[in-house]
Amino acid sequence: MVTKMKDAIKLLRSSSWSAKLGLAIIALNIFCALFAPVLAPYNETELAGDVWEPPIWSEYAMPHDTPVILGTDHIGRDLFSRLMFGARNTITLAFVTTAIAFFVGSVGGFIAATLKGWVDQTLSRMVDILMAFPTLILALVILTVMGTSIPVLVFVIALIDSTRVFRISRAVAMDIEVMEYVDAARLRGEGLWWVMKEEILPNALSPLVAEFGLRFCFVFLFISSLSFLGLGLQPPLADWGGMVRENSSAISFGILTPLIPAAAIAFLTVGVNLVVDWFLHKASGIKDV
Amino acid sequence: MSDPVYTSKTNCLLNIRDLYIEGYQEEEWRQIVKGVSLHVNRGEVLGLIGESGAGKSTIGIATMGYTRAGCRIKSGSILFEGNELFGADDETLRKMRGPRISYVAQSAAASFNPAQKLTHQFVETAVQEGVMSFAEAEGRAKELFRRLDLPDPDKIGERYPHQVSGGQLQRCMVAMAMACNPDLIVFDEPTTALDVTTQIEVLGAIKEVIEAYGTAAIYISHDLAVVAQIADRIMVLRHGFEVETGETRQMIENPKEDYTRELLSVRKSRGETVDHESEEIVLEVKNVKAAYGNKVIVLDGVSTKIVRGETVSIVGESGSGKSTLARVITGLLPPIDGEVRFHGNSIQPMLKKRPKELLRRMQMIYQMPDTALNPKHKVKKILGRPLNFYFGMSGKERDLRILELLEMIELEPEYAERLPDELSGGEKQRVCIARALAAEPELIICDEVTSALDQLVAKGILKLLQKLQNELKVSYMFITHDLDTVKAISDHIVVMYQGKVVEQGQKTVILDPPYEPYTDLLLSSVPEMDPDWLNRVIEHRQKLADKGVNIRT
Repeated sequence: MVTKMKDAIKLLRSSSWSAKLGLAIIALNIFCALFAPVLAPYNETELAGDVWEPPIWSEYAMPHDTPVILGTDHIGRDLFSRLMFGARNTITLAFVTTAIAFFVGSVGGFIAATLKGWVDQTLSRMVDILMAFPTLILALVILTVMGTSIPVLVFVIALIDSTRVFRISRAVAMDIEVMEYVDAARLRGEGLWWVMKEEILPNALSPLVAEFGLRFCFVFLFISSLSFLGLGLQPPLADWGGMVRENSSAISFGILTPLIPAAAIAFLTVGVNLVVDWFLHKASGIKDV
Repeated sequence: MSDPVYTSKTNCLLNIRDLYIEGYQEEEWRQIVKGVSLHVNRGEVLGLIGESGAGKSTIGIATMGYTRAGCRIKSGSILFEGNELFGADDETLRKMRGPRISYVAQSAAASFNPAQKLTHQFVETAVQEGVMSFAEAEGRAKELFRRLDLPDPDKIGERYPHQVSGGQLQRCMVAMAMACNPDLIVFDEPTTALDVTTQIEVLGAIKEVIEAYGTAAIYISHDLAVVAQIADRIMVLRHGFEVETGETRQMIENPKEDYTRELLSVRKSRGETVDHESEEIVLEVKNVKAAYGNKVIVLDGVSTKIVRGETVSIVGESGSGKSTLARVITGLLPPIDGEVRFHGNSIQPMLKKRPKELLRRMQMIYQMPDTALNPKHKVKKILGRPLNFYFGMSGKERDLRILELLEMIELEPEYAERLPDELSGGEKQRVCIARALAAEPELIICDEVTSALDQLVAKGILKLLQKLQNELKVSYMFITHDLDTVKAISDHIVVMYQGKVVEQGQKTVILDPPYEPYTDLLLSSVPEMDPDWLNRVIEHRQKLADKGVNIRT
């Protein structure tokens, strides 16, 4: 355990500045999400002032007892507080969804690669069918039919994303599956679960972790775009994509409020991507040696 | 050795002095080549030999002023015709590489661009460097293809790399290296990846063509017997140092250093045949016929048997079906006809239907220890799993048994905590052996277990296997194309060719005259520690061919 910690610290030290920046961004976001109730001056749904008040540094800023740092939204709630709570909702939802997508997708991919034959054909063709639909339209259809509750939202996005994970994990596992150590495990008489968990998974981990980071971004953006369309998290729950939509009409009055949650989305996405890039680089570098 | 600069000033083509090369590893620069000096005269062939890690390839590439990624030349001098190549600018080097110095790599299959025709790849350097026009280069290609005995020399250039055989491709690469009629060619293990019978053809072709054009060469190999056929002088390297250098004949007949003597003795090792009283048949293969995709027949009516405590060698070139036989026996490829019997009982052809107990009694060791061990598992886990899986051992009992196994394969107890990446090739193969032994099997199938290892390491592995057999009375089925291994370890030999058994019997019967023609071809193709061996064999085969005898049955 101690050596693992040391390894992790050593790994961090050796990372590039861009990776460090990315990690810092992610850490900041997680911090905000965890301590949202402490950090936020107002409640998620509490009215703080007038509609679309400007931020605190503006010359037109309104006086408040508790500061309204980034101004207020379209019905007068504190934007900063909602950003904090939004981080909590959006990031948790994206994380849980990505995790489910990964579990389903990689188990499916590994099974397809290990068993081959008709199992592979059936799974792969099912995935092909799902992938043939444009993702947004498929999500819209299912959400419209089944209603926009959080479990349905998670299920739909996880289903769509697991197809992508299936593809990549199947491809990675195919390469590993032909190795002689997998043959050796088979000759020993090992079952499917052992082969997948002990022989394939540890060797497929680095591309999959990198993919996890990337996939997390996509899911995050997807939730935001669904929220923007009104099919994501339902008000009054704060959610970054939803916040952009709610405030979008402010743009026509020259008010910049909707750009703030949009920037938060961009900020986290860039952060995750910086880390993923570094990780991918590292994983491929190891392969080259 | 006298300094060449004074003896033959004009004759000296390449002169390397005090060469130090470093490689970047684990965050520090480590020396790979530690102060090697050598020279090559015009028209002379220098052989570089040593085990892997000796730095021979690194020196070979350095003659072109180049190093692999992650390496750098630290100091020294590389004089080619008096011009310093170390630190020379790219333009100068580019003019040298190809037209003046060229390189033949070990694996032709990996070195050719699979998407371009051979001629296109042949002419590239010549045309780019402006040495000759496309048409001239094409003519030159045909001439060289003819000289190198390639079939249909006028048309073969129109083929893609995958459309010619491994030996032919290697000869194409030699032709490519000769394209601009260079002064020096560096051959980096050009025949190592080939079968013995193919090796002889390529070796003969290389020798003939460099003699005809008077080209100087550096010939790198781990096999002293191969180098002896072609080199005028031989330099032995070890751990980046020069061990000794001398005329070929003198090196073979009268080496000065112990290490060279050790390398020489590898070839001479012979295991004595032990008389086995037991006639208990462990495995019997009866009339097995196997095919891939039910179309390509790779095994055609193969029958053989293995007695307890004995070693049976399956010998043949690549494509003879020897590895397929192992796949059939282990159940990875169910045969379309015939049966496999274990202790007299017919066993399930499909791996999945075989009981655990049967799987335990038959274990396998693979050719490439690098891919046979899961890189993410520690040795402890690799050895512990079969113990747990077959015998339900855990905790202290298992740990003790792991230590016992490590002792059997002559490794320290600390190795239990290591990952495969932290082991050398020979150590990895030992761990593979221990993994097989952990199951306490009666039969171990060894698929080319020594061919990926250095000769001295391979010798150690064979010794270990022999020792374990004497102790544990385990039977080996030894699949190999290396006849020296066969001579060293087997009791019984099965010779295979194109999916059929050519002959089988006791080692003494097979390896003593009179020979069956194909066995004779195989045996006579193994390089001997005699500089005249290649000429003699080629002459002999030429005579046979003139008489109209086809050696390939």
